Amino acid sequence: MTPVPSEVVGVSSDHATRGPIATLGFESVSKTFPDGTQALEDITFGIGLGELVTVVGPSGCGKSTLLRIASGLLPATSGRVALRDGSLGYVFQDPTLLPWRTVRANVELLAELHGVSESHRRRLAQQAIELVGLRGFEGHYPKALSGGMRMRVSLARALTLKPRVFLFDEPFGALDEITRQRLNEELLRLLGIEGFSALFITHSVSEAVYLSARVLVMSARPGRIVSEVAVPFPYPRSPHLRYDPAFAEIAGRVSMALQEGFR
Amino acid sequence: MRTVTPAPERPVALPDDGTARDRAATRPGRLRSLGATLWPPTVVFLVTLGIWLMMSYALLSEEQRFLLPPPQQVIEVGFLQWDNLKEILEGLWSTAQVALTGLAIAIGLGMAFAISMSQATWVERSFYPYAVALQTIPIIALVPLVGFWFSFNFKSRVIACVIISIFPIITNTLFGIQSVEGTLHDLFTLHGAKRSTRLWKLQLPWALPAVFTGFRISAGLSVIGAIVGDFFFRQGEPGIGRLIDIYRNQLQSEQLFSAIFFSSVLGIVVFWAFGFVGYRLIRSWHDSALRP
Repeated sequence: MTPVPSEVVGVSSDHATRGPIATLGFESVSKTFPDGTQALEDITFGIGLGELVTVVGPSGCGKSTLLRIASGLLPATSGRVALRDGSLGYVFQDPTLLPWRTVRANVELLAELHGVSESHRRRLAQQAIELVGLRGFEGHYPKALSGGMRMRVSLARALTLKPRVFLFDEPFGALDEITRQRLNEELLRLLGIEGFSALFITHSVSEAVYLSARVLVMSARPGRIVSEVAVPFPYPRSPHLRYDPAFAEIAGRVSMALQEGFR
Repeated sequence: MRTVTPAPERPVALPDDGTARDRAATRPGRLRSLGATLWPPTVVFLVTLGIWLMMSYALLSEEQRFLLPPPQQVIEVGFLQWDNLKEILEGLWSTAQVALTGLAIAIGLGMAFAISMSQATWVERSFYPYAVALQTIPIIALVPLVGFWFSFNFKSRVIACVIISIFPIITNTLFGIQSVEGTLHDLFTLHGAKRSTRLWKLQLPWALPAVFTGFRISAGLSVIGAIVGDFFFRQGEPGIGRLIDIYRNQLQSEQLFSAIFFSSVLGIVVFWAFGFVGYRLIRSWHDSALRP
């Protein structure tokens, strides 16, 4: 779906990854902006097939820059990003909906941009709308929806092209805690159905632990990966996992690593 | 609004804003609120009429009364005598043609200019400073020059009208296009949107509310421009601006008042029409200031 940017080349077998096959890999990626700010320093990690990896870090540590580089919106200063197949889904911090389009027309947008025929994109949109639980709201305009529902529309829009790798840039950061937890559960359900791999950026430790198989902790600027915390709970995960002492223990380790990254 | 239960999120969708308001305003309530909206301006109208009458009869002597003829006389001479009214309406029609032609050209040219500035930085960098500078100079001062170059007829009146009304269209369209959110541009970039796709599917619709604000301002200006054109360029059938000048010269104040009234109506109608069309186009998705 996304045009393959020049830095993104076929995967090489030698970079670090835990998963059996890396779908998305970063190799010594650094980024220095023209004004001299060093945003990222020597980032190396890979995401396995069907794996959801979260990155937590203090605000301004370059988390979003990581995604912009992965998607090709921004070139890396050095290092490279390897993407196994060219299809990437990108979910932004804001829902980024077009206010003059109804829910259905918004969900159809990406297929439209890729020249998918009208009847086919209608079908893709309807499937995606039902997948995120928005059936019955197809004709609504974004301004009539709650923040959580707008984010669902944004998710549905990304799902229409059935990407194998998803990039999430703090998508639920602006939502209230309850809505965020519900959407976390929905996201895991979608992951179970669609089986995509994902790189998920967040500043919420509990969200990171609940969603992912591994949590990467980034330091303050320049962003480096200072720690990696494995989350051993099997999928599918119950919402009650959040109240498990083992969950609290892992969340504690992530928080501690975050604290250390500040120093 | 929500409690902590594992039930799936069922957010409440707000109904479309127009329908909700219509439904809320039931008939007796609507009548009462209509009354509440109507009586204050009615009182102001009556008081103004009273002051007008007082000034015509109490302040002005018989031979000075042409300065402010009483309202009933204005209505009789300026509105009810068919020959006078016909002359004024014909002038109004001629001016309206100039204004609408000028406005149409201003919209076409202004938008084309704004779009090309938004698509090519070099165009913007080269021309925008002049567009801004032209707005700050007294544009009416240029109008005599137009007659000098293009003769003193319909064509020149239209050109004067375009010069006066084009800038709000350029600046509002450009502002609207440039205010598109950065992440939306990212989204279109990620999916390889061509420049034209980006323009049609993102930038122009996003700019629409600002564009219509520009149209509305320019609509008012186009009527002003047409009347200014009438003052300067007198060949061809006389516009209402020409008539206003004639009535002033011949102390025909009843017709003068009538002509002023009708030119105001023209301005209001054009302004309101664009507000209405814009509001109809975007009300479903935009919380608009264009409400007529």
